[in-house]
Amino acid sequence: MAEVQDVLARLSLFADLAPAQREAIAHRFEEEVFSEDERVLRKDLRGSALYVILDGNAAVVIGDKEVTRFGPGDFFGEISLLTSEPPNADVVAVTMLRCLVIPGPDFQPFLLEHPGILFRMLQAEARRLRDTTEWKVSS
Amino acid sequence: MEGLVLRPFPPGDYDVVVVGTGPGGLQTSYCLSRAGVGHALLSADDAPGGMFRRFPVFERLISWTKPEAPCGRRTREYECYDHNSLLAEEPDARGLVADHMDRSFDVPARAEMEAGIADFVDRTGVEARYGCRWTGTRREDGRFVLETTDGEYRCRMAVFAIGMTEPWSPPLSGAEHATHYVDTGPAESFRDKRVVIIGKRNSGFELAYGLLPWTRSLTLVSPRPVDISVIAHSPLRLRYLQPYEEYARGSAGVQVVDAAIVGIERGADGLRVVVDGTTWEGRLALPADEVILATGFRVPLGDLRELGLVTVVNDRVPALTRFWESVSVPGIFFAGNVTMAARGLQKNGLSSNSSSVNGFRYNARILARHIAEQLGIEQPRPALARDQVVPLLLDELAHGPELSIQKGYLARVVSVAEATGIRDEGVLPLEHFVDGGAGTDAVAVAVEMNAEGEIYPAVYVRRNGEIEERELDPHPIRAFGGDPYRRELERLLAPLLGS
Repeated sequence: MAEVQDVLARLSLFADLAPAQREAIAHRFEEEVFSEDERVLRKDLRGSALYVILDGNAAVVIGDKEVTRFGPGDFFGEISLLTSEPPNADVVAVTMLRCLVIPGPDFQPFLLEHPGILFRMLQAEARRLRDTTEWKVSS
Repeated sequence: MEGLVLRPFPPGDYDVVVVGTGPGGLQTSYCLSRAGVGHALLSADDAPGGMFRRFPVFERLISWTKPEAPCGRRTREYECYDHNSLLAEEPDARGLVADHMDRSFDVPARAEMEAGIADFVDRTGVEARYGCRWTGTRREDGRFVLETTDGEYRCRMAVFAIGMTEPWSPPLSGAEHATHYVDTGPAESFRDKRVVIIGKRNSGFELAYGLLPWTRSLTLVSPRPVDISVIAHSPLRLRYLQPYEEYARGSAGVQVVDAAIVGIERGADGLRVVVDGTTWEGRLALPADEVILATGFRVPLGDLRELGLVTVVNDRVPALTRFWESVSVPGIFFAGNVTMAARGLQKNGLSSNSSSVNGFRYNARILARHIAEQLGIEQPRPALARDQVVPLLLDELAHGPELSIQKGYLARVVSVAEATGIRDEGVLPLEHFVDGGAGTDAVAVAVEMNAEGEIYPAVYVRRNGEIEERELDPHPIRAFGGDPYRRELERLLAPLLGS
């Protein structure tokens, strides 16, 4: 497995950063590995974090139903942090999953320190919203 | 009769083999014995103590033991005041580090810690095969084979309590000009020198603190800024912050720089550490006579990766389950400070205390029970009457050392099932409880900390597979055993316990 900062360099969320800034992020936040079927984000439990997938896949699960799937470069957990509400779904590792974890209390300062990441995250949210809307219209 | 001294645990077949005789290995071995698990304890060293036979370099621990406390030194509650002694069921083997402190400081000296560990071994009779180095590992017929300098040990499970002892540094241009923390010479050898320390975590500040009276100039540099906003969440301990305070106050002689290291170069006037700012823009060349890498350690995993062991944090630690088992090689467990790799819920960003003795001694006890049960050795689960549940949980919230030390990580659990009645399940990882799915109805209580640094009790009630989380109010002196907490707990547990 490559060094975390090298993996970050390949993800669009961190594309606008200088190498030294990516190194600082890799130093500041921890990497965590989840085994297959392990819960990463827990419905109705408070105090969670932002997860950025470095390697592997995760599924959003409501009840027993997989709603959507995330892969490398995707992130999750931000809705709960932005709304200060517990997550409304579980996110479960569907393969061995490697994530960078940005704890809840660090989330806002992290985004405000890195407007480039904030903008990239907003773009990703817009795409998700568009896809959800298209799905609703076509279904 | 020289040469006829019998050494315990000869090579052969065991259910479990534990490697390492630092506090993690000794605590695990002690608890495995109490749980009825036959095992061998092996050590490359010739005496107990592990890393405390050598570290910290500047001879003072960072975790405190308070020789006097409102409770007796041989009680369970005293563990809240003593973050360094190992756990024992026998009262006369408890709180031993305090017995060896000369009280010249509020934390033990390295030698006092080492003496406390040796005393624990004497009083509990934990035996180990010293001078037996683990050299290799393979799988054969569904068992592990641990190759050692004394021969081969076959086992169903192995527990590695081998510490984070291998010096680690990131790939760095010019690293050959620097020395690692572990090779730091005596403080007086730095007299009137310009010293650059790469790294701003505990070992970096520990060195800075020790070298402060000797150096001409001292610079600490690493990409990540020092975060002292919430001390409890910070990897630093207050006692090493003096160099940082001197810098923050604008004192001459100490600098703390947030920068990524470009490389170390040798010039006509000594060394230069070239760095790029991370919280500021630009490049600096920091002059130095000595460069020390306080960049941390990694677990000396030997050939375990060849069994498929997955690692994390730039290959420095194994990725672990909530019971400290490798996520990729079942049957390989870890104890001691490596258990910090099982990070738990990290609710509100709160880390466990598993990287130090006060936290991992509890992990070892849970691990021993878990291993015993995997081997089919039933562990006690005392029956409780309905009216004992709330007092037990309140007392644990108010005085239980496991909950107050391993905040948000360990929980006291009581189960309620028609067939088995109400049972005290003991202390378990909170993450295991909340992910227990359709397990029996149960309640778990934990002590947690929020982002504001407030400490409060939390109650998790599991009914019909659904978990309800309830955070109770904080208390100014953390008296969680009082009436308001009793009433709230009774209310929350009424549906579970019936009336």
